[in-house]
Amino acid sequence: MISSRRTTTIAASLLVACMLASVLALHRLDQIRSGAAIEDVLFISSPKLLKRMSLGYDGLLADIYWTRAVQYFGGRHHANAQEYALLAPLLEITTALDPHLTVAYEFGSNFLAPNPPNGAGLPQRAIELAEFGIRNNPNDWHLYYDLGFIYYMDLKDYPKAADAFARGSQVPGAHPFLKVLAAQMATHAGELQTAQMLWTATYKTSKDANIKANAVAHLRALQVDEDVTNLEALLTLYRRKTGHFPAGFQELEAAGLLRGIPVDPLGVPYKLTPDGQVEVRDPDDLPFIEKGMPPGYVPPKQARFLPAD
Amino acid sequence: MSARVVHIASNTFREAVRDRVLYNLIAFALLMSGAAILVGQISIDIERLVVINLGLTAVSLFGMVIAIFIGIGLVSKEIDRRTLYTVLSRPVRRWEFIVGKFFGLAGTLVVNTFFMAIGVFAALLYVSRHFQSSDGWVLVALYFIILQFLIITSLALLFSSFSSPLMAAVFAFSLFIIGTFAEDLRGFAGMTQGVTRWLATGAAYLVPNFSALNVISSVAHEQAVSGQLILYNTAYALVYTTMALCGAVLIFERRNLK
Repeated sequence: MISSRRTTTIAASLLVACMLASVLALHRLDQIRSGAAIEDVLFISSPKLLKRMSLGYDGLLADIYWTRAVQYFGGRHHANAQEYALLAPLLEITTALDPHLTVAYEFGSNFLAPNPPNGAGLPQRAIELAEFGIRNNPNDWHLYYDLGFIYYMDLKDYPKAADAFARGSQVPGAHPFLKVLAAQMATHAGELQTAQMLWTATYKTSKDANIKANAVAHLRALQVDEDVTNLEALLTLYRRKTGHFPAGFQELEAAGLLRGIPVDPLGVPYKLTPDGQVEVRDPDDLPFIEKGMPPGYVPPKQARFLPAD
Repeated sequence: MSARVVHIASNTFREAVRDRVLYNLIAFALLMSGAAILVGQISIDIERLVVINLGLTAVSLFGMVIAIFIGIGLVSKEIDRRTLYTVLSRPVRRWEFIVGKFFGLAGTLVVNTFFMAIGVFAALLYVSRHFQSSDGWVLVALYFIILQFLIITSLALLFSSFSSPLMAAVFAFSLFIIGTFAEDLRGFAGMTQGVTRWLATGAAYLVPNFSALNVISSVAHEQAVSGQLILYNTAYALVYTTMALCGAVLIFERRNLK
């Protein structure tokens, strides 16, 4: 009896000790092997072979590959990577396994199209992915919208963007703004208004918090670009009248050119420089702006998204 | 159904429960709750899809493994323990023994699937916060999975009636894998000529067609399953199961048990 108890105690202690030792050994192994070496491997790259090997359980395998694509993109994006070699193959495998997984087309094309570090810089692959999605899900208007979005934002190809929005607008139940977008693309009318409409549509139609925050950041940037353009036009007008730039926005207000001190979309007043330039106070809080940056400003490698309100 | 068949079936069910077959439900519960909680944090917008795909795939694979591993031992175990002689020395016919064993294991699998289905729906409720009408199609997918179990159980019994448990397991697993490629097999047969074509077509129709019984991916995307598919799949599974059971009975009737 005592012998049996002793054996139990020794075996239990040994089991716990070995378990701890195996965890420590594994932890050390992870440190020795680089993260990239573990991540950047696609053992089977043929979607057809994987579909066969799934034994009919291709839906689950597609979910696994989609999660892998999200993790891969997130990991590379977090590390400010300049190339995303496995992203397109991972998305192609995911959608070949489950051609109806529309989330993979919607997000996947947005991962692929923008230039690094915001995306893989592969707009052509993004278009192929979106077109494959449309062929398999012709009644989902979101996919036409995504296609038009890439043509407009990343390739500036207005006729093809107009065509994508027009095709989408013919899908039963499509959002009415697709017709407006198609018309605007066809006429190249109002670049700023078109961009605002696209990002507003993205904000309204997405359920994902990250996508919404990204859309809000772009909308704020567009607002800053518009404000700076308008304010600098007023400053030029003031200088033409008085022969010098104003020392502050109060002088513009006193001259009847402004009503109140202008503020950026975050509510922070704009800064006026002595040479008549308008700048934002903290450009890090307003990613994607093209105007209003202090001279020599280098944006952070990773855009900081403030909460969308 | 004769009372003797019912008796053998209930004994088979009790034995499976005593063998702790239903313990797999614990692993299944852990899998489902883990997936429901984790997926939302590591992926985008596929929580519901994962719960359905993972849940139904696990129901199918767990059941297949149970059907094969228990099915192959149903006859041989009784011979090894010599309990078969006690049973057959009573007024029990050999076909009644085979059919009773089949219904016992099928019943175990149905009960197992029922509890797993509760787990799938609980996880679905957790991620979606409410049920929707399209969730009803998940029940159809579960029904088709049960039809697959009937086929594979009858095949395991067929192989168990004339070969060793190891060989029966190999045959049953092979047929399960070939059965998932049944439609491809028919496609290949269409590409050949002459006698090869006849032989390939014959083989393609002889192996069970599991691909038609797999609607997991469609129901995950809330696509409806047609009434005709339900009707013909039911007819096909019942006919195929009966065919395999008849084969098992024929072999077992002639088997020398001395």
